[in-house]
Amino acid sequence: MAKKRLLSAFGTGLALVMAVSGASAAGLSDGVLKVGVMTDMSGAYADLSGPGSALAAQMAIEDYGGIVLGKKIEFTSADHQNKADIAANKAREWFDADKVDVIADLSTSSTALAVMEIANQKNKVTLISTGGSTKITNSNCIATNVHWTYDTYALAVGTGKAVVANGGDTWFFITADYAFGHSLEGDTADVVTASGGKVLGKVRVPFPNADFSSFLLQAQASGAKIIGLANAGSDTINAIKQAKEFGITENQTLAGLLIFITDINSLGLETAQGMMLTTGFYWDRDEESRAWSKRFQARHKSMPTMSQAGVYSSLMHYFKAVDKAGTDEAHAVMAAMKSLPINDMFAKNGYIRDDGRMIHDMYLVQVKKPSESKGPWDYYKVLRTIPGDEAYITPEKSTCKLLKK
Amino acid sequence: MMQVFGISIQALLGQLLIGLINGSFYAVLSLGLAIIFGLLNIINFAHGAQYMLGAFVAWMGLTYLGVNYWVGLILAPLVVGLFGIIMERLMLRRLYHLDHLYGLLLTFGLALVLEGLFRQLYGVSGLSYPIPDVFQGGVNLGFMFLPYYRAWVIVASLSVCFCTWFVIERTKLGAYLRAATENPELLQAFGINVPLMITLTFGYGVALAGFAGVLAAPIYQVTPVMGSNLIIVVFAVVVIGGMGSILGSIITGISLGLLEGLTKVFYPEASGVVVFVIMALVLLIRPAGLFGRLK
Repeated sequence: MAKKRLLSAFGTGLALVMAVSGASAAGLSDGVLKVGVMTDMSGAYADLSGPGSALAAQMAIEDYGGIVLGKKIEFTSADHQNKADIAANKAREWFDADKVDVIADLSTSSTALAVMEIANQKNKVTLISTGGSTKITNSNCIATNVHWTYDTYALAVGTGKAVVANGGDTWFFITADYAFGHSLEGDTADVVTASGGKVLGKVRVPFPNADFSSFLLQAQASGAKIIGLANAGSDTINAIKQAKEFGITENQTLAGLLIFITDINSLGLETAQGMMLTTGFYWDRDEESRAWSKRFQARHKSMPTMSQAGVYSSLMHYFKAVDKAGTDEAHAVMAAMKSLPINDMFAKNGYIRDDGRMIHDMYLVQVKKPSESKGPWDYYKVLRTIPGDEAYITPEKSTCKLLKK
Repeated sequence: MMQVFGISIQALLGQLLIGLINGSFYAVLSLGLAIIFGLLNIINFAHGAQYMLGAFVAWMGLTYLGVNYWVGLILAPLVVGLFGIIMERLMLRRLYHLDHLYGLLLTFGLALVLEGLFRQLYGVSGLSYPIPDVFQGGVNLGFMFLPYYRAWVIVASLSVCFCTWFVIERTKLGAYLRAATENPELLQAFGINVPLMITLTFGYGVALAGFAGVLAAPIYQVTPVMGSNLIIVVFAVVVIGGMGSILGSIITGISLGLLEGLTKVFYPEASGVVVFVIMALVLLIRPAGLFGRLK
């Protein structure tokens, strides 16, 4: 009897653990323009988006003067916990009750897709920065969304092509076993094969996972020159750390397919040096990006990631478009957003396509050696600027029904 | 080259060795849980958070005070153990006469508070703890490259497990402990300070978690959630071994590490669930666990 009670207590405990651990007329319609940042405030992506994204949005409002069309710009934020149902409910509440006009960031593809669907029904704008799936501008594209910062295709093209061109023509993938990982692995494998390389094998790893030694040994045994890490966040960090520990990086090269600058900061240059990766933004690119990033750093303890910079850039562009359109009606604002070029600290001559893809240059970078780095956050050498039209899926290949072909 | 189911013997040996390394972690952690459960009847869900605490204390010692790995390996478990003792004195003590569920909820809540606190202070990306200089590099065994540090992990955890087992099963102090598990009132009548013994035992069990945390720090990223990812597997290990069984938890920990290692070769997608499948099977066939007795 005692045993039975114990087991039921135990079951309750497990369930608890899993539950926790376990994403109009002219003018402003309701007298105010309200910005909502929905992001991962405490989970795996909180450092690369989260509070930093919220700060970036607040900076955008301040820098724009806090006023658009003579009315105040208001700000709110929420934690979607990387769960699509929470994100969808919050979006509904924001649009229906809280007068939110635009939702920015969205840290995972699943939350992004869920919120886009609500925004489409309610005729509101979404500006996605951290979520990365190509579905956002392909099979699930909507007319009032912009995918601002990057997508898995751009990462694959940037890193995959460059690595093969540098002689890394045989690949082995260590893939996070869920939709994002599969998509990243698939996109990259296509690019590798198309560039004349060969995929020797892959291993699908349950998510999340802390010990990669077993999978790294399999990658080593494959004899591939390149080990592609189709995962993100702490999975990538642990894989890189352990690859160094097992001496794998002496004969094989790691290609991290989605790496943020906060990941590099967390790993340290000693461990991360030499890795190639693709990013949509690097703080030390030019005078404008440096100036903005330093202002950001003064208020946040780290330099901005591409996601956080993307949130700022997308909202600034949105405010300009509202002023130009003279209304906050979603379609009118979208038309204005598409008609204006994007020239700021994030992008040069960027533009928005009808599928919602913001086309801008991407950067292939290599992580510096500790001896090359002049100080904290001096982490990347830019090897190549990938022109926007080459980085993203061409309109011909896109499956979005909004693109006129 | 000889092959087993399409995998070369060399690759298989490598994977078994890695399984043994992971199994050593499981063994140390589940041992701590088993001791605590055996004597206190508390299901300590804060064990994962205490493991995380061990790693963080070691990291803080190194970063803020310049305390090296070896001192950290002693100091961090002491600090974490002390934390456990305070926790037992102030809170857990009031719950012994209640149902298991209360202790579980309290420790689970404490785990959430601890994790939230560290997340607030250090973020989620984690911190790097360097591998100590003596263990830099590794040795080529022919079938795999074994980093010295991983070899040390096996040696350190197995020694700690053996010593703990020896003390509990083969010494007078251990005899008192076992007696206190069976019949605390009677033992108290013989003049033994049972409450003190309980406090110290809890402290030791928690210190074991802290010890495992320090061992893990150079291998894994030190993050606030490193414990919650591991604790569910470790609980499954304890259930399979038989709640409260000392030897059972050690043997089960190591063998499940090996089994998981094999799964990672033959069907990696299932490596996250294989332990739970075994747990379900064991509960069906031997509800008291492989080494446990029905009370």
